[in-house]
Amino acid sequence: MYNYNDFDEAFVRERVAQFRGQVERRIDGSLTEDEFKPLRLMNGLYLQLHAYMLRVAIPYGTLNSAQMDRLAHLAETYDKGYGHFTTRQNIQYNWPALKDVPDMLSDLADVGMHAIQTSGNTIRNVTADHFAGAAKDEVADPRPIAELLRQWSTDHPEFQFLPRKFKIAVTGADNDRAVIRAHDIGLQLLDQDGQPGVRVIVGGGLGRTPMIGKVLRDFLPLEDLLPYTEAVVSVWNRLGRRDNKYKARIKITVHEHGIDEISKRVEDRFAAIKPSFSGVDQDMLRDIEAQFAAPAFRNAETDLFDRAYAADPLFRSWADTNLTDHKADGYAIVSISLKKHGATPGDATADQMRVMADLARQFGHDELRISHEQNVILPHVHKSDLPAIYKILRANDLATANIGLASDIIACPGMDYCALATARSIPIAQQIAERVDALKIEHDVGEMKIKISGCINACGHHHVGHIGILGLDRAGVENYQITLGGDATQDAAIGERAGPGFAYDEIVPAIERLMLGYLDLRVDEGETFIQTYRRLGAAPFKAILYPQEAKSHAA
Amino acid sequence: MPRQFTPKVVTANRLLEGDAVWFTAQDTWSTDIADAELMTDEAHADLRLLQAQGQADVIAGAYLADAKEGDNGPEPTHFREAFRTRGPSNYAHGKQEQNHV
Ligand code: SF4
Repeated sequence: MYNYNDFDEAFVRERVAQFRGQVERRIDGSLTEDEFKPLRLMNGLYLQLHAYMLRVAIPYGTLNSAQMDRLAHLAETYDKGYGHFTTRQNIQYNWPALKDVPDMLSDLADVGMHAIQTSGNTIRNVTADHFAGAAKDEVADPRPIAELLRQWSTDHPEFQFLPRKFKIAVTGADNDRAVIRAHDIGLQLLDQDGQPGVRVIVGGGLGRTPMIGKVLRDFLPLEDLLPYTEAVVSVWNRLGRRDNKYKARIKITVHEHGIDEISKRVEDRFAAIKPSFSGVDQDMLRDIEAQFAAPAFRNAETDLFDRAYAADPLFRSWADTNLTDHKADGYAIVSISLKKHGATPGDATADQMRVMADLARQFGHDELRISHEQNVILPHVHKSDLPAIYKILRANDLATANIGLASDIIACPGMDYCALATARSIPIAQQIAERVDALKIEHDVGEMKIKISGCINACGHHHVGHIGILGLDRAGVENYQITLGGDATQDAAIGERAGPGFAYDEIVPAIERLMLGYLDLRVDEGETFIQTYRRLGAAPFKAILYPQEAKSHAA
Repeated sequence: MPRQFTPKVVTANRLLEGDAVWFTAQDTWSTDIADAELMTDEAHADLRLLQAQGQADVIAGAYLADAKEGDNGPEPTHFREAFRTRGPSNYAHGKQEQNHV
């Protein structure tokens, strides 16, 4: 766990004090909204459909129990008793009053948290694999690098007015759980015969023009990471288009100039600035790495787990779905689903946050993670504690056994909150989850990623969902477009549009048809939806979605 | 061909609370769209928008939204504006909550 040093602490405190003054001046009328807006956005404060919204960064998705408790405190004191975890490993509060926001930020600063660079044309919250430091398949913990990047990018003078926002994601495993191919820069930590390095992927992104990132450097020695990243951002800062906001992201720059040209410019720039990096960054990295040292794992029997697993079918089902292999013997990674059937994806009440904080304190080496899939993780749990944890989760509506299944849906806030939305996403997610629960098919359907966005900005990652749903406004009516075959992992792919959109009351039945249709199409139970889709292509799925058309073609 | 002007109301978010409000003929802000001034003349609507924006210490982000005359006063015509009169659909929060107490 990274602890703020004096510099971080003073910096965040100063920002809170500044913002307090700005809010006062806005309220007394000495600042106009036009003047205030960029200032509030720099502090994560948005004005949404029904209220202000405060977006708080959870850097690389890592937090401790005191921080989680503090998030609960904010939800209870300044909001309506809950918070919404987002796909960018942030938490959003949907109902703060303007005058309270400085207090919220001050409360956050007490536990080393803030809302800086959660908005604006800056380098945003660096995200990471939510199993970082715990996953069995991990080569190296991505969080020290993410923290180094955070320190380097926070208030970096060259990068406060970038052509557009800039998002970096880091993973330390081959299995990509951080969607690094859909970020402006995606980094994968590698180990080449004992030499640490990074694969640098650039120009990925979703939104209006979705693109899968391209490899810029297959192996960059780790010590070159900062100058190299700075070179990438700086080349884009020069070339990036400021004339058109839709063409400003680096994915367009890479697309327009070609990866070879970008690579050449980056290498030139890198050669020029590298000498100015004296190696201080490497000393910093050593310090940071020390703070992310693995906890002292204990050596104990797991028979409590084995017995519960054999005896209790509900526990078994939860364990099969919500646990992931840990690198330490006898340990497991617990994913706590915030996707109870019918609930709002990513929402947790203040009480639930406290329960999860308690679990981390009591059983989890004080660590929690937020996943981009809007769930909460206890990264280090000894298996013998799992039956006790499960019991507490059940008592608090947190034991839904659906991680990775059809009801584990990513959904952005959509038009229930977001001022940019063109349609709602939350109720669609709720209804799909309720439907699969009623049909009792989700364990049969197996691995399935449904992702829903309420507008083309794609915060709900719909392009990389096996089934993506995009809510649009078609002539004043909500309309939902389906994409198929997207993939957010190391095999990243952008989904293909299936055909005409569906009305609000048609979309859930359409998704149901897809699921049931897939069960008929698959070779056997071992073939997942995405594998079936890859084997057969879009045609049979389109026929399922549009039976009328399929019939008239046949006629 | 210029698009025909459709009736409008001025709407915004309240500066302190951030909730949706509508501009009345008396230059005040109401949390109920039914109290809003419905404008059928484009030049008048533009003028009222400027006047509304002048109240920067009360509201933020004023704009013109389509509306129609209903039984009790103006009503929204677009679903986005309809949601703003109620609140989100996943919880009974926002205006729908206040209307129930
Ligand atoms: S995808 Fe659109 S509607 Fe959803 S949160 Fe992002 S901007 Fe808002």
